[in-house]
Amino acid sequence: MADIQLPDALLVKKYVEGDENALTVLINRHQSKIFGFIYSKISDRDISNDIFQDTFIKVIRTLKLKSYNEEGKFLPWVMRIAHNLIIDHYRKNKKMPMFRETEEFSIFSIMSDDSLTIENKIIRDQVEIDLKKLIEELPADQKEVLVMRMYQDMSFKEISEVTGVSINTALGRMRYALMNMRKVIDKHQIILTN
Amino acid sequence: MAKIYSKKTLVINPMKPKKETISFLLNYSKALSVIKVNDKSFEIIAN
Repeated sequence: MADIQLPDALLVKKYVEGDENALTVLINRHQSKIFGFIYSKISDRDISNDIFQDTFIKVIRTLKLKSYNEEGKFLPWVMRIAHNLIIDHYRKNKKMPMFRETEEFSIFSIMSDDSLTIENKIIRDQVEIDLKKLIEELPADQKEVLVMRMYQDMSFKEISEVTGVSINTALGRMRYALMNMRKVIDKHQIILTN
Repeated sequence: MAKIYSKKTLVINPMKPKKETISFLLNYSKALSVIKVNDKSFEIIAN
């Protein structure tokens, strides 16, 4: 119950006066906020634990040295220590590992050019043309929804507002549009792959 | 049947440090004592 009632400032005061339990309460109260903050910047549990530990070592030393000025801002103060230690961590790891090309390892085995070849570009353009023809064949209401969703990147809520139908109707039209397109693709055995 | 498109909210457990880390810190705190002599301060860690 003490955890809920006592403010941070009082717990800090009690700890400075020698009450070790006050530190337990403070850590329990703020551990998830502080750890979550560190983890959000580091994304590694082990390193986050190390930084959390270093943060509180600094907190403990400062409090025991009686050089902490209580202004009712315990948590922001601890967060600032954690923030500085996170910056230190990144400074230490600033140097990126360097790779040298050897017979077993080539940098180009992990780096590649993802852009399409000329042939693949032609195929992609052809697929897009075929797709547009298929869309043109759809009933107007289905075509409208499909174009808004796929080409204009609108949400179904926006589509329903623009077309004046319910979201479920818009969803239904999209479903029928896709079903109809699949039917035509199957019927004419159109290949739409790159 | 109407389909429900909304997703269930996920219950996220708050992130916490390891128990070992907490216990280390509490023990460190108990072991550490700081003595100030004039302007200088001495840190003593009891085993």
